[in-house]
Amino acid sequence: MREKLEALQAEAIEKVQLADNLQSLQDVRVAYLGKKGPITEVLRGMGKLSPEERPVIGELANKVREAIATALDNKKNLLEEAALNEQLQQEAIDVTLPGRPVKAGGPHLLTSIIEEVEDLFLGMGFEIKEGPEVETDYFNFEALNLPQDHPARDMQDSFYVTDHLLLRTQTSPVQARTMREYDGNKAIKMICPGIVYRRDTDDATHSHQFTQIEGLLVDKNVRMSDLKGVLLEFSRKLFGADREIRLRPSFFPFTEPSVEVDVTCKVCDGKGCNVCKHTGWIEILGAGMVHSNVLRMSGYDPEEYSGFAFGMGVERIAMLKYGVDDIRHFYTNDVRFLSQYHKA
Amino acid sequence: MYVSLNWLKQYVDIDNITPEELAEKITRSGIEVESIERVAPESTNVVVGYVESCEQHPNADKLNLCQINVGTETYQIICGAPNIAQGQKIAAALPGARLPGGVKIKKAKLRGVESHGMVCSLQELGIDEKFVPKDVTDGIFVFPEDTEVGTPVAELLNLDDVILELGLTPNRADAMSMLGVAYEVAAILGKEVKQPEETYQTSDSKAADLVSVKVEDGELNPYYGGFVIEDVTIGASPLWMRNYLMAAGIRPINNVVDITNYVLLVYGQPLHAFDYDKVATKEIVVRSAKQGEKIQTLDDQERTLKGDEIVITNGNEPIALAGVMGGANSEVSDDTKTVLLEAAYFEARAIRRSSKHHNLRSEASARYEKGIDPNRVQRAGAYAARLLAEYAGGKIAQGIVAFDELDREEKQVKIDTASVNNRLGTTISDEEIASILTKLQFGFEKDNSQFTVFVPTRRGDISLFEDMLEEIARIYGYDNIPYTLPEGEASAGKLTTKQYLKRQLKQYLQGAGLMETITYSLTSKARTEMLVSPDVKEETVYPVALKMPMSEEHSHLRLSIIPELVDILSYNVARKQENLGYFEFGRVFLSKEEQISEQPTETARLAGALTGAWMEQPWQQEKKPVDFYVAKGIVEGIFAQLDLEPVFQQAQVDGYHPGRTATVSLNGKVVGVVGQLHPTVQKAFDLKETYVFDLDIAYLMDQYEEVPSFRTIPRHPSVTRDIALVVDEAAYAGDIQRTIQEAGGDLVQQVQIFDVYQGEHMEAGKKSIAYTVLYQDPTRTLTDEEVEASYNNIIENVKAKHDAELRS
Ligand SMILES: [Zn+2]
Repeated sequence: MREKLEALQAEAIEKVQLADNLQSLQDVRVAYLGKKGPITEVLRGMGKLSPEERPVIGELANKVREAIATALDNKKNLLEEAALNEQLQQEAIDVTLPGRPVKAGGPHLLTSIIEEVEDLFLGMGFEIKEGPEVETDYFNFEALNLPQDHPARDMQDSFYVTDHLLLRTQTSPVQARTMREYDGNKAIKMICPGIVYRRDTDDATHSHQFTQIEGLLVDKNVRMSDLKGVLLEFSRKLFGADREIRLRPSFFPFTEPSVEVDVTCKVCDGKGCNVCKHTGWIEILGAGMVHSNVLRMSGYDPEEYSGFAFGMGVERIAMLKYGVDDIRHFYTNDVRFLSQYHKA
Repeated sequence: MYVSLNWLKQYVDIDNITPEELAEKITRSGIEVESIERVAPESTNVVVGYVESCEQHPNADKLNLCQINVGTETYQIICGAPNIAQGQKIAAALPGARLPGGVKIKKAKLRGVESHGMVCSLQELGIDEKFVPKDVTDGIFVFPEDTEVGTPVAELLNLDDVILELGLTPNRADAMSMLGVAYEVAAILGKEVKQPEETYQTSDSKAADLVSVKVEDGELNPYYGGFVIEDVTIGASPLWMRNYLMAAGIRPINNVVDITNYVLLVYGQPLHAFDYDKVATKEIVVRSAKQGEKIQTLDDQERTLKGDEIVITNGNEPIALAGVMGGANSEVSDDTKTVLLEAAYFEARAIRRSSKHHNLRSEASARYEKGIDPNRVQRAGAYAARLLAEYAGGKIAQGIVAFDELDREEKQVKIDTASVNNRLGTTISDEEIASILTKLQFGFEKDNSQFTVFVPTRRGDISLFEDMLEEIARIYGYDNIPYTLPEGEASAGKLTTKQYLKRQLKQYLQGAGLMETITYSLTSKARTEMLVSPDVKEETVYPVALKMPMSEEHSHLRLSIIPELVDILSYNVARKQENLGYFEFGRVFLSKEEQISEQPTETARLAGALTGAWMEQPWQQEKKPVDFYVAKGIVEGIFAQLDLEPVFQQAQVDGYHPGRTATVSLNGKVVGVVGQLHPTVQKAFDLKETYVFDLDIAYLMDQYEEVPSFRTIPRHPSVTRDIALVVDEAAYAGDIQRTIQEAGGDLVQQVQIFDVYQGEHMEAGKKSIAYTVLYQDPTRTLTDEEVEASYNNIIENVKAKHDAELRS
């Protein structure tokens, strides 16, 4: 019986070596280790053996079984690895062919600038306000210290709809409306981005429709130095940490004192170049201390409250920041223009 | 305002500062210098020459052969100017000379005869033709007889002058005069202002005997002064005066007119010279115009008056449109003998109205309408009289015939050092404030830190504390104000829910492959009538029309964004950009009135437009054109962002494809449209298949629930049932889906379509739609019986409502 078992082991292992695929290997497993296989048969015949022989042969039978099983497992691993390798080889593709494009949309450049400015001021505790684009003469002019016949009305020729309604020429009416809303007794920190309209013929630098962002801070004891501080922080965040600003006197009916604000030219670093007309400075916004007439008209006591306001043209900021050379690009919406600014 | 620095030097010392430095200082302290220009930077070696002889060129009819003596030598120069003549003194550019524009003068032969230079016109010397006196625009300039031969022309014609162009803000009317600019410069540099000499000798005549003055409305015209200057001789004004006028951008005409213009520029006070003899009545009556009254102004225009202008009359008819322009009937001409000189103060608003009505702006109206200095009216008149005596040989009659109710008081403004510092954030001392006021030449009384400032009448813009604050700040220097941050309570800024949603929706659409656009709100009337969403048209709406549009393309506010988006698609497709997807989040303007009287409703819309391939991969032969379901999928995505469920219903909408368009509704209210453009619209815009959507996003955002109620994450298994139905091919899958949802009861969590089939093995006119129904109760496991009951109810309902059969 011992010989028979040893012969079976040798025979089975030889067949394992000969098996060249998983199916024939499985056949060998069934043939030798299956319930009807020869080893089971040997074990079944153990009853005829003497009590001394039984454990010896039993142990041997188990060893043979184990040896065959190990050989089967090893061979299976080998075959599986070979099969996998073959599959991988078949699955190889040309990785240099182009990928399947995923459509990429993106924001309009003006939206990017607006949101950037909004985020800067949100960070400084300002809220964002909106107002109507078809505005009353009162909110667009009178509440902003521009009474009828004021010479400064010339500065902004406007599109009238009726004698007292017009397309707003500035976003400042939103400031006047907000002051009303706040009832003359609360501090205000707001910016108002929005579309405005002026009677200009569209060309490379003029547009009958454009975008403004204005800001207003009203509180007790607001100083002009606060305006400088806030604008410096804003300019550095928007144009770069090494920028400087300077204030030049100007005139806006809404504010007094009024200033125009320049930032150092980033093209030449303030040394002077064509972009800054050799001054080293580029005008970015207008600002000033809120005029007492405006505070009073909106219900704030100028003895108690003071404030500052500022305003900028978004197209101008975008043109400066990204070197856009024609304001009409913003409204033509040529896909080749719009998609230039989506990579960032 | 153009400021000649050579001229400015007459009133303030600017010798020790370069034009560039001066310009920088002026700009930084209050008035923007927009440009710095040399009158004629390049002309050298051009001198005054005497025309000794002038004969016709032997070989050319139109050329003259001249011998020109320049003092040291005589040059033979050929000249083609028609006005050259023997005995003149002219500008001769000698060999080696350089003229503006880079012209170099060399010896040359003209038609066989040598020419050693060139006789120059003013234009050739660099003076802008529009300022050149009319009589010499077509020829050479002739110097006065007493001009010294050999003198460099640059000096005589003020060609070495530097002109600063000031950009004046409306509040700085005071700088519309040389004296005003002198005060500004004096304040910046800490200098004195030199005043012109205004005294004069009078004749024996008395003005009051020659003319009378009557003013009807002392509010509109608080001062009217008449000077009479007899025996004037009309001729050219002195060369220096002509030079300054040209530098200031005013064309010289004759001595009388030039003097009034010159004095206007010095003082900012408009003057007008009448030909006294043409004022036949010898009386001046200032009154409001009568409606329909006519006057021919000096620019040869006949103007019909509206009635609210001020006119100067001779008692019968207008002889000048006050403060704006004189009348032709009293114009000074070559044979004028006696001048009636007007120096008057007209109220700004009246002149502004008048000049606006007649669309007529003059140097005079530009100053009157911004307000002039009441204390300079008579001074300017006196100075002009003096110059008329000096340069037109006139004799000044005694006295000024005047109407005078003019307020010449200085305004008082109180300031104190603490308030100044509190508002500016500075630590300016009392002494510094006093020093700034002194530099500005403002009178003041000081009581420790309290100042009473007497504001000179030339500064009509200053009346309040903050006006003075600005004066102090700009002279103190904005650079000297520190940087601080507001001391108020620190607060965190935050987007409102709607602002947040707007950003979120834009991001979603960008992620979906659409590009954001911003288009004009002003559009044509025709465009307001097309592609308006049905929800907008539910009630009658009108577009808002501009009163005075600049063009037909931009005459009305839009009712829909779609036409603008379609236009953009068309623009890009024409430029070979064919696969496009755009969206815009913008406003439309809806008026309930045909003739608008109140502010229209401005409401936010979210619109999109797509055309061409949605997805394309050439080497895999994949090309998926945009179709209805792409656009609809995006709309569904928008609703999903807002946690809302849209309902789509097939609809007929103007401008849209009748079979491929749906209204979008929420809670039974139509809120927008999605569909294909009608082929005729596509064709009109040169577009292929184009799909658009247009939603009332303002309403949708209103429906968004800020804090959605918590939904239990299901822990119990779900059960699915598939239902395949055969229905009529015209049946709407969405309707059936809603029936399934409703008939299935609360346990139905989701109904999805997983197959739509029509064709082989299918009865003609029928299609099959297969749905998967998902049942779930988050709190328990469902029983077979209840699912079965729901399923049976669904089948019963779809059979009844949609004539559906179960597909075997
Ligand atoms: Zn630069």
